[in-house]
Amino acid sequence: MTTSVSPDDTVISEELRSFIDLESNAVTYEIERHAVERFACAIGDTNPFYTNKPYPEPFAHILDGGSKYRYNEPVRVGDQITVVRKITDLFEKDGRMGTMLFKISEISYTNQEGRLVATQTTTTITYGTGAKDSGVGNH
Amino acid sequence: MAITKFQTPMFEDVNVGDYLPELVKYPDNRQLVMYAGASQDFVAIHYDLNVAKEAGHPNVIIHGALKSAWLGELVTGWIGPEGRLLELDVSYRAIDFPGDTATCVGKVIDARIEDGVGLVEIEIGLRNPEGAISTPGRALASLPTRSAT
Repeated sequence: MTTSVSPDDTVISEELRSFIDLESNAVTYEIERHAVERFACAIGDTNPFYTNKPYPEPFAHILDGGSKYRYNEPVRVGDQITVVRKITDLFEKDGRMGTMLFKISEISYTNQEGRLVATQTTTTITYGTGAKDSGVGNH
Repeated sequence: MAITKFQTPMFEDVNVGDYLPELVKYPDNRQLVMYAGASQDFVAIHYDLNVAKEAGHPNVIIHGALKSAWLGELVTGWIGPEGRLLELDVSYRAIDFPGDTATCVGKVIDARIEDGVGLVEIEIGLRNPEGAISTPGRALASLPTRSAT
């Protein structure tokens, strides 16, 4: 039940009251597949997006070591880019965090016309034991 | 020489030793969350303080790829709409934290013409509040030449 407030005490000014029945600007959204996938993941909807072979990550913590990007041609709005990732090397080093596992991955970005628009070579470092960061295995 | 952002410099006007205008970022936790959502990188060390401490850090840490993106912005902002970023190499040597000012710096280290294309090579880096370069790298970009226009 709303309580009536005396007109002298109200915080509802004429300006504030003018917002009643005022419509927002109309915004049109394009329903885009990846946005739907992201939303399904965010709410925890079970979906078969991650069908890749599970990577048996031995460590708990992760650091991104760096990347080399090569941009062959521009990517434009509306392009369809196919991304393929593969591990090209695995090696270990001893550091101040103990044994660290270095994973070198190559990622290719190919457009709808089959042209390789970019490549990325990335180094991912994992180390340590304990509670596993939930994002580690997907990287 | 002063180069205005979003105007493409001509290759002939760029000299080895020129500095790019610095790009200063003031990252906070909110930006890290926004970046996590935009990039789909949900590694918890970037938003969960307990996870970051368990991994041996005093605070959540900035995504390496966010630092890459800033260094890309540094270069693409300088080369403008008619320049093209061709190569970007970044190495995350040290971690950076939200709350610290991150300054992106760049210096032209080579300028050459290859197959009629003006190429500039730029040493880039992210400077932390202590003045150290946490994230060194390099970029290669093409610029329009007067001879080609």
